[in-house]
Amino acid sequence: MNEERKGLKEKITNSDIWKSIFRHGYEDTGRRYTLQVLQNVWLHLHPPRISRHALHFRFTWCMGGITFLMFLVTAVTGVLLMFYYRPTGEYAFLDIQALEFDIPFGMLLRNMHRWAAHGMVISVMLHMFRVFLTGSYKKPREFNWAVGVILLLITFFLSFTGYLLPWDQLAYWAVTVGTNMARATPVLGHEGPFAPTDITQANDVRFALLGGTIVGPSTLLRFYILHCVAVPLVASLLMALHFWRVRKDGGISGPL
Amino acid sequence: MEPFLELIKKPDNVPILAILFLIPFFLWLSYKQARQTDRTGVPSDAALNDKVYVWPYLCRNEFICAIIIMLILGVWSIMIDAPLEEPSDPAKTPNPSKAPWYFLALQEMLVYFDPWIAGVVLPGLIIAGLIAIPYIDINPKGKGYYTLKERPFAIGVFCFGFLILWIVLMIVGTFLRGPGWNIFWPWEEWDPHRVVPLTNVNLSYLFGIRDDLTANFFGFAVVAGYFALGPIFYFWKYKSSKFLQQLGLIRYVIVSFLFLSMMALPIKMILRLALNIKYVWVSPWFNI
Repeated sequence: MNEERKGLKEKITNSDIWKSIFRHGYEDTGRRYTLQVLQNVWLHLHPPRISRHALHFRFTWCMGGITFLMFLVTAVTGVLLMFYYRPTGEYAFLDIQALEFDIPFGMLLRNMHRWAAHGMVISVMLHMFRVFLTGSYKKPREFNWAVGVILLLITFFLSFTGYLLPWDQLAYWAVTVGTNMARATPVLGHEGPFAPTDITQANDVRFALLGGTIVGPSTLLRFYILHCVAVPLVASLLMALHFWRVRKDGGISGPL
Repeated sequence: MEPFLELIKKPDNVPILAILFLIPFFLWLSYKQARQTDRTGVPSDAALNDKVYVWPYLCRNEFICAIIIMLILGVWSIMIDAPLEEPSDPAKTPNPSKAPWYFLALQEMLVYFDPWIAGVVLPGLIIAGLIAIPYIDINPKGKGYYTLKERPFAIGVFCFGFLILWIVLMIVGTFLRGPGWNIFWPWEEWDPHRVVPLTNVNLSYLFGIRDDLTANFFGFAVVAGYFALGPIFYFWKYKSSKFLQQLGLIRYVIVSFLFLSMMALPIKMILRLALNIKYVWVSPWFNI
């Protein structure tokens, strides 16, 4: 019986179909460990081998990875939420209510999206703090630090644009307060210093952001598109750059 | 006490409560390693520089970390519901109107500076300053390990900016600001009709200057004098300081400008809270 099973296993793993999918076996050798990383599209961002100190939680705090995980969670839950949400003044709030009361697991979905977003803001700040404390921005990683700063801003902006979408009082006034700053932009804002006289509240930089003179339905649409399409796209590209540069700049920083 | 308890219970403030525990924990964790490095003179993990296979050693750690984080997120999402208030109403302004928690340090700056500085110039300088850090920090030591002794200035300035000016102001904005953006201590009731005497005066007024033009020049002199502290220090110390000679003039100008801009916030806070100073420099175009 055992012999038979072994023969069957060999038959399957030696078949053309199996070999077309799995390029290497599962033997306990260094060569296989290396292939496991090199021949896997999801794992190949990693180098095959890494300094032992980089495995320790006390050094990395895992915060970069947690930030990426939170991004993935918000992406998956966000796509699911988009099925139930219409970014218009009439429906936005009602759709959120429907999510909470009618749609199976809708509340859980919304909770996960919101708390993962908050979690991402925390983890990205702690990631920056760790990178600073270990001096990991120093030569040759200067440029990757700059990319990281932009990604930090993008995280704030993603969170901020998403904050408006429930279209309730909390969302509305938080975004009103936040975007009121843009009035005071020097030169480009109608209340800012050095603004030309033909800059009014109907054509200044805040108007461009809101699509109106106050936060309204057109703001909702703008923030929705920024939140769901434009900013995640930029964030993904910059994340790819960020991870690639970690490898190219000599891997994760360490003593020596 | 009641409004404070309400604030603590607000679901959106959970992250700040988490930060209250996370920041001290990670400070302790990094300080422990920095102290070990500084005491022995060898980076604390220098002995662990040999290579190991990513699969399985790193992938296993990532997997375990992801499971733990997803567990925390799952429990958090089941236990606490995301907030949903009344439908938005442009005619009904809540008091106080607060930005999301991660912007409250910026909103807090609005108390001390006009919107164009607090909302545009200072955030712009924070971003530019953060990006500039690797190019102005020429200290080759402390790369890839925790240390305090080898880069006290860099770590001191960053911790002051991050922990005091960002995190603490965020917490003040979340928990201590009530109606009218007035400070309400946790044990106080929120009184929307609280009368706050507006006794703030401009710095020039305090010095007995009543004439607008003189006040304008006086304010300009104070601000220019403040930023001139940088170059003055440079020429005073240049000969005796090897560090300044290595840093060079251009890098030094950027460092001192960013540093003085950052310190302008706590200085303005002290001026406001201790001396009721409204503006340092009043001009026809802008006020600082």
